[in-house]
Amino acid sequence: MSKDHNNIILKASELSIGYKAKKAESVVASNINFELEKGQLIGLVGANGIGKSTLLRTLIKVQPALSGSTILNGKDLKSTTSLELAKQLSIVLTEPISSKNLLVYELVALGRHPYTNWIGSLTESDIAIVNNALKLVNIEDLKTKRCYELSDGQLQKVMLARALAQDTDIIVLDEPTTHLDMYHKAYILKLLQKLTKETGKTILFSSHEIDLAIQLCDTMIVMQSDKVIFDEPCNLISEGVFASLFPSDLIVFDTTSGSFRVNK
Amino acid sequence: MNHQKAYHFQFVLLMAILVVCFFVNVSLGSVHIPFKSIFGSLFGSIDNNTWEVIITDYRLPKAITAVLVGSGLGISGLLMQTLFRNPLAGPFVLGITSGASLGVALVILGSGLFGGFLATALISKWSIVIAASLGSFLVLLAVLAVSNQVRDTMAILIIGLMFGSITAAVVSVLSYFSSAEQLQQYIFWGFGSLSNLSWQELLIFFGIYLVGILLSVVSIKGLNSLLLGENYAKSLGLNLKQSRVIIILSTSLIAGTITAFAGPIAFIGLAIPHLTRQIFKTSNHKVLLPAVFLYGAIVMLICDSIAQLPGSDYTLPINAITAIVGAPVVIWLLVRQRKMMF
Repeated sequence: MSKDHNNIILKASELSIGYKAKKAESVVASNINFELEKGQLIGLVGANGIGKSTLLRTLIKVQPALSGSTILNGKDLKSTTSLELAKQLSIVLTEPISSKNLLVYELVALGRHPYTNWIGSLTESDIAIVNNALKLVNIEDLKTKRCYELSDGQLQKVMLARALAQDTDIIVLDEPTTHLDMYHKAYILKLLQKLTKETGKTILFSSHEIDLAIQLCDTMIVMQSDKVIFDEPCNLISEGVFASLFPSDLIVFDTTSGSFRVNK
Repeated sequence: MNHQKAYHFQFVLLMAILVVCFFVNVSLGSVHIPFKSIFGSLFGSIDNNTWEVIITDYRLPKAITAVLVGSGLGISGLLMQTLFRNPLAGPFVLGITSGASLGVALVILGSGLFGGFLATALISKWSIVIAASLGSFLVLLAVLAVSNQVRDTMAILIIGLMFGSITAAVVSVLSYFSSAEQLQQYIFWGFGSLSNLSWQELLIFFGIYLVGILLSVVSIKGLNSLLLGENYAKSLGLNLKQSRVIIILSTSLIAGTITAFAGPIAFIGLAIPHLTRQIFKTSNHKVLLPAVFLYGAIVMLICDSIAQLPGSDYTLPINAITAIVGAPVVIWLLVRQRKMMF
């Protein structure tokens, strides 16, 4: 792993995540360490309920970390204001948007909010960036459609375009492939990979598509019940990390093909 | 946004309709005054002194009140629907009307407890206005205090409804111990009324209304990002807590003063934003806010004109007209569209 610190966008050290109730702390995962570099595609995988969403919510500052630190572009996340954060990190969530009556163009243009004036007027350069975002995900023809007219796959692309229009160093996506068919799953993840190469942005996504993630990601964060591992996919395979991801009574990991098989 | 251009025509048309409705409203009433004299009294003077008084002291303030009430209720309804992501929300979900009615009920129904002389002193026009303002202001303070404690905006909605239930219960108890006359007076307040506002009262009304409207204009950007949901809005750099307070404050100021001066006028706040969304096919608040303003004012003027029962001496309760005229329109629109746009 290269240790060029100029290239590190997001760094987590000794991070502990979970929920704080009145007195008791319930720790979901702890001892999390990783460094995400510029222009990389990073997959976050793990079984259901292991804490993938909690980790992402902590990284995007929706909930506070229990301990440890997250450094975004050299600055601690705790001291980053929400407007500073909005210019460095954009998100695509699993929750549906409130108003499906929005035009695709309007929705993507909302990504410019951190940069626009008090009433949200778009300048020439804002419009250029919005159009470019539409072009990057190849949805220029959907521009004048309303969100309720779109399929799940199209909507996911629109949400991705909105995040791109926000023009941030890192984009975080929570399970961008749910509800999509096999083709669109591969399409979206391949698109994410293309975007990291073309725009130099760092993209972190959580997913259950481990097979696809292994093929496409530069590095992966694997969450297991006792530890969180961060490494390149080929190293993770040779170390047998995926083999121990799920109970082996039903599915086993085939190291030669890099995919899971059902026990017959 | 570059789609705004397309609405220029609609805006010009709506403004023209508003002006026409305004003049029609002023020209209608139990006393027939020719159109020419109306213009004369608005832009100069006329010989007939009685007509002059009727127009400048009665009809003109009433028409202006109608514009303020309609536009104000529409805008506060729009703010609440976006903030609570709920097409059923209106300006009164925060319990503002309930607070106002509690204040008024305490003055009208509770005055019996103070007895004789004090009772008559209490039931003046101003005491009702002050009681209504105070009531809605106190409920607003409670809601604001709670909204700072609660993370979930939906919880605020429910809390507003609960405040409504509590005040309704107190009003019921008060009603139980009240005389028939007091009850009648309270019920008359509940009918709502656009008339009887002096120019001085109108000025105070307008001042508070203006502050509320300015707050809503400041919130336009935040409202647009709230269309994506709260987490997305936050990720766009929106200070959610602050925006929420400003939006709630704006609604409370507008809806609170309207209730204080014109009574609890139903329906307009809920329906106007939907009506507007059906015609202006956008969710962008930069377009919706001025459009709702115009629609609200127009609809209120029309409702008031109907309530005058032109040619007769009767005036119907405005609260009944808004619902009788407006509800079928909304039903028809929704049936036609088969979809609740939001």
